[in-house]
Amino acid sequence: MPEERKKILEVHHLKQYFNVGKRDEVRAVDDVSFDIYEGETFGLVGESGSGKTTAGRAIIHLYEPTDGEIIFDGKDVSKLHTKAEKHEFRREMQMIFQDPYASLNPRMKVKDIVAEGIDIHGLAKDDADRTKQVEDLLETVGLNKDHSSRYPHEFSGGQRQRIGIARALAVEPKFIIADEPISALDVSIQAQVVNLMKELQIKQNLTYLFIAHDLSMVKYISDRIGVMHYGKILEIGPADEVYTHPLHAYTKSLISAVPVPDPEFERNRKQVPYDESREKDDKKRRMVEIAPGHFVRASEDEVPMYTQRAIDAGLVTEFSE
Amino acid sequence: MENPENVIEVRNLQIDFHTYAGEVKAIRDVSFDLRKGETLAIVGESGSGKSVTTRSLMGLLAPNAVIKGGSIMFHGDDIIKKSEKEMQHIRGKDIAMIFQDPMTSLDPTMRIGMQIAEPLMKHKGLKKKEAISQALEMLKLVGITDPEARLNDYPYQFSGGMRQRIVIAIALVCYPEVLIADEPTTALDVTIQAQILDLMKDLQNRIDTSIIFITHDLGVVAGMADRVAVMYAGKIVEYGTVDEIFFNPQHPYTWGLLNSMPTLNTAGGSLRAIPGTPPDLLDPPVGDAFAARSDYAMKIDTEKEPPFFKVSDTHYAATWLLHPDAPKVTPPAEIVRRQKKFAEMQRPEPPIKNTTKE
Repeated sequence: MPEERKKILEVHHLKQYFNVGKRDEVRAVDDVSFDIYEGETFGLVGESGSGKTTAGRAIIHLYEPTDGEIIFDGKDVSKLHTKAEKHEFRREMQMIFQDPYASLNPRMKVKDIVAEGIDIHGLAKDDADRTKQVEDLLETVGLNKDHSSRYPHEFSGGQRQRIGIARALAVEPKFIIADEPISALDVSIQAQVVNLMKELQIKQNLTYLFIAHDLSMVKYISDRIGVMHYGKILEIGPADEVYTHPLHAYTKSLISAVPVPDPEFERNRKQVPYDESREKDDKKRRMVEIAPGHFVRASEDEVPMYTQRAIDAGLVTEFSE
Repeated sequence: MENPENVIEVRNLQIDFHTYAGEVKAIRDVSFDLRKGETLAIVGESGSGKSVTTRSLMGLLAPNAVIKGGSIMFHGDDIIKKSEKEMQHIRGKDIAMIFQDPMTSLDPTMRIGMQIAEPLMKHKGLKKKEAISQALEMLKLVGITDPEARLNDYPYQFSGGMRQRIVIAIALVCYPEVLIADEPTTALDVTIQAQILDLMKDLQNRIDTSIIFITHDLGVVAGMADRVAVMYAGKIVEYGTVDEIFFNPQHPYTWGLLNSMPTLNTAGGSLRAIPGTPPDLLDPPVGDAFAARSDYAMKIDTEKEPPFFKVSDTHYAATWLLHPDAPKVTPPAEIVRRQKKFAEMQRPEPPIKNTTKE
């Protein structure tokens, strides 16, 4: 068993519905539970419309969740009442957005974009300290201090994403939600940004919730992965294990669709179709731990099937009651 | 046409863009062929010139673009010399295009049946009724369920993947000889992407179209392409068959691209990113444009532009590393692994026993 690690984020039965009670009610996130441990990267993958972005936004409280609990660093996020508590939460949890073009104000200079959080939270002693902090941050993300007086349009996509990362780091957060941070970037630049995020994680002991649809990159950066579909998490487990031995049929199908840069592999590709009707029967399903740390959303009668799959894959050696 | 197998021959194409900052040399001496029935993938980063190249084939360059030289031969005629009016006869009929974003490339105010029928009425002079009935066939072909009912729907009533199918239906309805697909699946989810790619392959077999496929996703290239051209800073730096490019790449930029992608086998550690950013094409560097970002750059790379060196009859790369006098270098480990595989693939197959005829 792994040693007892500290849970920095606990999400219990999170529900985020829109248009509640109306005919067009959307259950974007429907009873999602997971934990994230301090210092790890948790990858949340799914197709568009699966609710992964909504889940991220509900966690950082850009939405008021319909139901459920979000416990960050031991505190229930929805029960933060004083301004100081809310302020602290907003400082400790930061977000990096998908689109490096839309997420930076085009009329602000880089130094003011990066320092906005510093100003709001009063983290700089004086002007000189503010400038120094900004310059240090730019250096940390691989830009140089001359960049601070420029405007966002003067930068390439990869550089803008670095500015977005510098802005998130400015308030010394513990936890960063990165919503598709590399999807808009070129392949060679994606690797640069991912490497930067990994490096920062080690240096500053950050915890990431990494939301993406690019499975190969998610697998690479994440310690654990959660797979979302129709607002529900269907499978959670260690990144390598989910990727190499997916237990849920949906995960299998999703992974089989990932293009691999190998023509020989591609010629022999077998795509696994997924029959989603099974998800819609009225059976009661919950997350069941099939192998150590590897959960699948299953009904009671499906558990033996998943357990058998886990045994076949060598994830479990024997039946344990 | 130099070769009757070719549908399009691009020779020494040079395109500049006038900007307030000066002349951006977007395409710098690009030549390639498109053969009948093949899929040619053009890969490269944003700004490498892959989209500009294909837009020039369609005569769809921005007003500030200037074609400085070269030719684009199609059916024995130079497309560059054609007037806008002549291009309108070619566009959509002989050469069709699928754009990246299915949300913006359809007309939101027009029923999709009409959008598919429009090219037939314009190019083939069909009556509306006939055109709509062919549009219906096309909708079936691209796999839209309940096509009769959906002819009268508007684009907003479809999902992204379905919209891209409609875009494909529009592009293929006149059975074009050439289909240009500019990042056709980038905006789609992987499962939908797989469906669309299968659909494109299937339709290509049926109507024998040649496809130019532009993408930066090497995984997609591996599955779709017969041949691959790698572009960097406005030039093609390497081209060959899909196996040659993926298993026996020669240019350090191709190495860098293949190396920076995580694969199923990539374990921890850091990804091998290509350092730096592409050069500014306002003032392209002398010599090999990739030299500044390359671990394998030699002195000559900053002085003289490398010509294409022949690797095989189908495989050429513009890097001084292939010069007979160049020192032997060891490519990155991932590339060595791929080259080993290539060597195995080249080994003659064991003799096959005579099989009895059916």
